[in-house]
Amino acid sequence: MESLVTLLVFAPFIASLVAGLFGRRIGNVASQSVTTGALFLSCALAWYVFSKWTWGGLEPFTVTVAPFIHVGQFISNWSIRIDALSAVMLIVVTTVSALVHLYSWGYMAEDDSKPRFFAYLSFFTFAMLALVTSADFMQLFFGWEGVGVASYLLIGFWFKKPTANAAAIKAFVVNRVGDFGFALGIMTIFWAFGSIQFAEIFPQVAHLAGKAWWFAGHNWRLMDLACVLLFIGAMGKSAQFFLHTWLPDAMEGPTPVSALIHAATMVTAGVYMVCLLSPMFEYAPDAKNVVAVIGAVTALFAATVGLTQNDIKRVIAYSTCSQLGYMFFAAGVGAYQAAMFHLFTHAFFKALLFLGAGSVIHGMHHEQDMRKYGAIAKFMPITYAVMTIGTIAITGLGIPGLDLGFAGFYSKDTIIEAAFAAGGNNPVGLFASIVGVVVAGLTAFYSWRVAFFTFNGHARWGAASHGDDHASHAQIETHTEPTGHDDHAHVHDDHGHDHKPHESPLVMLIPLIVLAVGAIASGFVFFEHFVGEGQAEFWRGAIFTAPTNHVLHEAHQTPLWLKTVPLVVSVLGLLVAAYMYLLKEGLGARLAAQKGMLYLFSYNKWYFDELYEATFLRAARWLGDLFWKVGDKKIIDGLGPDGVAATSAAVGKFAGRLQTGFVYHYAFVMLLGVLGLLSFAFWAWGS
Amino acid sequence: MGLLSLTTYSPLLGVALILLLKVLGKGSDTTAKWIALGTTILTLALSIVVVAGFHPADPGFQMVETHRWFGVLNYRMGVDGISVLFVLLTTFLLPLCILGGWSVIKERVSEYLIAFLVLEALVVGVFCALDLVLFYLFFEAQLIPMFLIIGIWGGKNRVYAAFKFFLYTLLGSVLMLAAVLAMIGISGTSSIPDLMAYKFAPGVQTWLWLAFFASFAVKMPMWPVHTWLPDAHVEAPTAGSVILAGILLKMGGYGFLRFSLPMFPNASEMFAPLVFGLSAIAIVYTSLVAFRQTDMKKLIAYSSVAHMGFVTMGIFSGNAVGVQGAVFQMLSHGVISGALFLIVGVVYDRMHTREIAAYGGLVNRMPWYAAVFMLFTMGNVGLPGTSGFVGEILTLTGVYKASTWTALVAASGVILSAVYALSLYRRVVFGELVNPKLAAITDLDTREVLIFAPLIAGTLVLGLQPNLVLDATSASVDHLVAAYQVAIGGAVR
Repeated sequence: MESLVTLLVFAPFIASLVAGLFGRRIGNVASQSVTTGALFLSCALAWYVFSKWTWGGLEPFTVTVAPFIHVGQFISNWSIRIDALSAVMLIVVTTVSALVHLYSWGYMAEDDSKPRFFAYLSFFTFAMLALVTSADFMQLFFGWEGVGVASYLLIGFWFKKPTANAAAIKAFVVNRVGDFGFALGIMTIFWAFGSIQFAEIFPQVAHLAGKAWWFAGHNWRLMDLACVLLFIGAMGKSAQFFLHTWLPDAMEGPTPVSALIHAATMVTAGVYMVCLLSPMFEYAPDAKNVVAVIGAVTALFAATVGLTQNDIKRVIAYSTCSQLGYMFFAAGVGAYQAAMFHLFTHAFFKALLFLGAGSVIHGMHHEQDMRKYGAIAKFMPITYAVMTIGTIAITGLGIPGLDLGFAGFYSKDTIIEAAFAAGGNNPVGLFASIVGVVVAGLTAFYSWRVAFFTFNGHARWGAASHGDDHASHAQIETHTEPTGHDDHAHVHDDHGHDHKPHESPLVMLIPLIVLAVGAIASGFVFFEHFVGEGQAEFWRGAIFTAPTNHVLHEAHQTPLWLKTVPLVVSVLGLLVAAYMYLLKEGLGARLAAQKGMLYLFSYNKWYFDELYEATFLRAARWLGDLFWKVGDKKIIDGLGPDGVAATSAAVGKFAGRLQTGFVYHYAFVMLLGVLGLLSFAFWAWGS
Repeated sequence: MGLLSLTTYSPLLGVALILLLKVLGKGSDTTAKWIALGTTILTLALSIVVVAGFHPADPGFQMVETHRWFGVLNYRMGVDGISVLFVLLTTFLLPLCILGGWSVIKERVSEYLIAFLVLEALVVGVFCALDLVLFYLFFEAQLIPMFLIIGIWGGKNRVYAAFKFFLYTLLGSVLMLAAVLAMIGISGTSSIPDLMAYKFAPGVQTWLWLAFFASFAVKMPMWPVHTWLPDAHVEAPTAGSVILAGILLKMGGYGFLRFSLPMFPNASEMFAPLVFGLSAIAIVYTSLVAFRQTDMKKLIAYSSVAHMGFVTMGIFSGNAVGVQGAVFQMLSHGVISGALFLIVGVVYDRMHTREIAAYGGLVNRMPWYAAVFMLFTMGNVGLPGTSGFVGEILTLTGVYKASTWTALVAASGVILSAVYALSLYRRVVFGELVNPKLAAITDLDTREVLIFAPLIAGTLVLGLQPNLVLDATSASVDHLVAAYQVAIGGAVR
């Protein structure tokens, strides 16, 4: 087993090195085969490990591969930790990654640097595996930043596009803001516990949690401080409110990347971290409330923005952001199992939606603006079918009494119920559950809007002009892929100029179909294991819940009406979307054209980018210039060397006249000076 | 002659050979280059022998050589866990410097090579010297070849830069010399091991600490005495920048570890808040300044100041994690900043400009260059897996114990470094190749690949297996920290 999991983790890394270093020599097909093959191998191994865990009674174990950093008690090892949490993440990561690798054979077929693309994808997968199998904070941080750099490289994959480059830097820097908190959290833990190993820290939490801890001029409750700092890291990685701005821009990357990194895996790392650290968060009630509130606010915020976006990928990106909010407030109210369950099902249907969107974009000759879609269903029947499945899954449709539905039905409802149950004695839980219900309606609206706007109604492509919303046309233009993308000489000229949509090749459809199966079945197959009666047996201690935490249990006792409300709200969302985009086609565009205040607020993403530009970015530029031109040049140099030079004008003239001779001169004087002073020293203290 | 002396003076063998051939009138520039390269490789080999024979478990000085000199002075050499790797760093970088200037330097080639060889001997001497006066001699004398390298083979404003360099260091030198003399006067010995055991009165420590601080702070450089560094870097030839950033800056940190902390522990404790403040300011201030630079070398020079801020705060955190981190950060920065200056050198040699705006889209013509540049950019940013990370996280962790405010402010450096380093990379490497002058620019040649290969290996090996360094330094650092904690009456951690 130990060698199997080692192979599982390192296979993508080796494949990535092969494709990255020798890609040009061995060619495209070899590079693609090596990386995709390695990923399918890892995926098979991951399912083997997971099935052994779920049905074979595998016990948790850790493989120590090599030492990493050893300084006193600051001890970290390269290791592979296998338990329920990492087993779940292993299958999520490797399954989506393997399918995305395969899908990219088709999607990236006309790109001219395929080995580089596949090398990045495989490297990302390796970093993500290192993250989820870490046994201490340093390897966790390694994986954490490793996926960050892979994300940076892949967002900026089309390096000729200025928007892609800007988005890549934004993603890295905003993540670094999160890592800033994360690093401080790790340091707090280290000095409080004298260790950075999970296995050594967790048993001590109970008796140290309430300790007073002096940090930045205040006395804090140790565990609340540590958990909030660590959560800042999660906010960055998982694009939560305040640190979310990078995720929509990350859509500049190729669509398979969006599906793998910015939907199914990397962005869920924050949720995973909070669940992994449940033994700490359980003793940090204030930090848990912070997590729940930020999660709920994100869920609501992102959903409201998603309502009005016209770029298909951006809608799905905001949807991801919003769904991550669900996971966080689930964890925040103590239902970590529900958070992990939603992470698991979400990976399938969100990867499906992204890859489906990619299939549409591919079929529509790299057009991403939904106003230029419409009536695509008959040209892309399979894509249409799987996208509809994905939409049903994300909106959580199902039959409450029978407990039968698509994936999202199980996981999202569990979260809302858990928040409601927690609301019994914590107002934050009540707030979160209300937000959860409202957002379910918004989710249904924007998800169905995408489906109808794209696949049904009248064709708004080809000869049939654009949509009639010119509200922010210029802005959209800068975000669509074709600009600057045509350098890659693959704007489908080979498909002729008729601009008719076309169905994607089989190599892209197979991953879609597999994910569609997941989007249908992952809910009811795994419900019992993740959050049902069998959950304690399944998690086997990987998730810790305090003795007083009965949230998950109570969630199953909630009245039937609570299961019905989200469904009603979802159906309402569906009906509104159907009314606006099917029955009264064009109503959406007319509403948009009126530019109402709420519409603009939503369309401009609550003006976060403008706000950050006006504050942080401007301040950084202004301070940088101030320190440089005033601080360094005027004050320090003015009072220092230049001032000295100015007072002895002769030196200046001397310097000007003698040029290099001057240098020798000074060197000689220096030498004499040093020797003179030393001679004096020897004379003074000598013999 | 002992092994350390042999290593120290071996570069002078090359100097002698070059001079001899010159006198005989038979020396061509090419022979001189090969002699210099051969000599630096010989020195590297000798220092590898030193490291191989070094016992990491022993915290004391090893391979000690003592010869009576005159007066109270002895010629004394030796290395411990703190200094031995700096010797290796120096001898590791020197052959790369010689290769770096191989086809670029066309005037006074043999003088140029002699300056580098002399510099190497003196710098190795600094790290091996166990006598205060001997240390001072090496420490000051190495300024002269560096001064010449900037002043003769530098750019347009070399005179201004050299002058500034001189003014700053002069100030530090004079004060330090006074302190050196006072220490010998008070203690009656100039032996560094003896001085480490000697207990100066706290009042005296204050003055001695300040005098040494003046010299080392300029050398590091710490804010606000850092402004000589960007000018010196900009004007220095590529190899000069590599030596300056890679090795010479480290002498300041080494000085703090060798003198300030062990010899003036009470003063170190007293002034630690000052150092923390200056370090934190340095990190934020110079990172923001770096962000606004339009000259590639200046940007990297300012980023060096920020990285040295991590070192100073790590040293004065006074705990093993911080001090180990500081030593590691210095070694790592030696490799990464050296590599970054060479990276700039590659395009400077081709285009003769360091203006960021003159570049853009290099990846289209220079994919391998882009890959190497990316690796070192990530090292500069402190990405885990590169050596840059280990030093940063350890120094931050160390200083957190001493001052959470400092850790908080300094940790913002991880955000700012990403801002300036990635925007530099983007402006130089990414985008379309618009400048027509770049249309024929060529990718790395064999010589350049040879230069970067060891630096890449160093960055990754130290990043993934930092224990190779940490194990060598731990015994001496633990010993130093324990003595420091006892002296200030703190608990040993």
